[in-house]
Amino acid sequence: MGSVGAKEIPELIGADGRRIDGRRPDELRPIRIVAGPLHRADGSAFVEWGDNKVMAAVYGPREVHPRHLQQNTKAIVQCKYNMAAFSVDERKRPGLDRRSQEISKVIAEAFESVVFSEEYPRTSVDIYIEVLQANAGTRCAGLVAASVALADAGIPMVDLLPAVAVGKVAGRIVLDLKKEEDNYGEADLPMALVPQSGRLVLLQMEGHMTRPELGEALDLGVIGCRKIYDVMKQALRDRYAAGSVVSGAAFSAAGVAP
Amino acid sequence: MGNGHRSRHRGQGREGAPSHSSRSDSARTLVLPGEELPSRGLGPGPGTYRVNGRIYASVLGLLQTQPPSVRVAPLAGRYIPRARDTVIGIVTDVQGTFWLLDIGAPRWAPLHMTGTPWKIDFGETQQYLRVGDAVVVAVEQIENTGRIGVTMIGDGLGKLEGGTLVSVSPAKIPRIIGKGGSMIQMIQKSTGCTLVVGQNGRIWLDGPDDGIVEVRSAIRLIEEEGHRRGLTERVQAFLDHGSGAPRGPKGPPPTAPWAATAEAPEPDPAEGPESEYDFPEKDVN
Repeated sequence: MGSVGAKEIPELIGADGRRIDGRRPDELRPIRIVAGPLHRADGSAFVEWGDNKVMAAVYGPREVHPRHLQQNTKAIVQCKYNMAAFSVDERKRPGLDRRSQEISKVIAEAFESVVFSEEYPRTSVDIYIEVLQANAGTRCAGLVAASVALADAGIPMVDLLPAVAVGKVAGRIVLDLKKEEDNYGEADLPMALVPQSGRLVLLQMEGHMTRPELGEALDLGVIGCRKIYDVMKQALRDRYAAGSVVSGAAFSAAGVAP
Repeated sequence: MGNGHRSRHRGQGREGAPSHSSRSDSARTLVLPGEELPSRGLGPGPGTYRVNGRIYASVLGLLQTQPPSVRVAPLAGRYIPRARDTVIGIVTDVQGTFWLLDIGAPRWAPLHMTGTPWKIDFGETQQYLRVGDAVVVAVEQIENTGRIGVTMIGDGLGKLEGGTLVSVSPAKIPRIIGKGGSMIQMIQKSTGCTLVVGQNGRIWLDGPDDGIVEVRSAIRLIEEEGHRRGLTERVQAFLDHGSGAPRGPKGPPPTAPWAATAEAPEPDPAEGPESEYDFPEKDVN
């Protein structure tokens, strides 16, 4: 285009078939999960995934606010996804925007389909996802963090919910897009899997893919999800194996008003 | 939930089923939601669900095989109220005839003015308890609707004045109480503090300032080492040599002063009603 300020589009897949950061097409970015870092919350998790850093906290089941949302037969699942102002290069204007509302909605709906909500009628399970550092795939990272946090909070559910994005970059289907691939690629396909049943409970797409490419992308995504599932399970096991079985409430003290 | 063949366990498991042999081999296995459990012809108990004849865990917890069912004892989660529990609640709302108490359960518990020792006219509730006040109440019953009925009439129940609240996981409460209340009595005697322990994981304490610091450290010690043997001795030794103990919630776990005296092994010091909610040891995997 040659317009002022336009960045040069990087070469997303090199001659050796490697991606911009040296990964193979079916390779995930490094992922690290810590279960239970927050003591005030009923459950929490921190996820570092590539250059993403996401914290999730879960409260509940607890009283519903606002009251009119209360359901007499089951618990509701509420989610708030938020990006910190400092999470991206250019300051993100704080607060709700259309994008974060949409992500909150799809994540809440994904969890609604796995949480056994009939067990706690008239209550709410509240999920808070804070993106501290973003580099594409934050809704998946947030979902993974929230899922570990839900398990850490002792919420009954069908399964953990691993999630990953598959995309089309320079004409090829690749796993787990990073920022440049997301910005300059042809398609982005985030998904969340229920490993126990093989069902997908979140599937969105931006961009274009042919039908065979979509099939290939779904297969690749499921493989990626299963790898992430293992990391999620290990994070929860580590929390309880360390001998520090100080759970949710941990050692929190509060003064009593006289 | 879309899946046609899923059947959920409902109601309570059989608490009384004694099967020590099968318990001991599985009591330390940590399972996670979605993990398939070895069913061996058993049915789905609490903390599990069944799909197409296979049984999976629904919560994070310890696997327990108790014929006729497989169950998972949760390691995390909110306080689940049971009748006759004594709990510490915090007033969150005041209405004309009742207060709403946060007792750490999924829902608030209404305390009606007829459930108090006071004679109150309509609208006077505010004069007796305000938002933020702490009270000791007993759980009377859990209704079908999930409503938690509590009362303040009874021994040891009433409003808490002054003091400090400390929260621990409800699962640790039996260890803090000790066998027949032995642990509490020991702590009270050594520190000169008064303790009120709620089954919901809240502990109220009052007394001299350094006593309160000591009790807090002792509670943290019990939280961290409650699953190990000789707990009573360790706590006793800690209280005797309390001066060298860490003082703040963030300090390193205390180890030195009682290390020498911890040799005499003692059978499981705590035997509360929830002792089956055991904690994993270091070899949990």
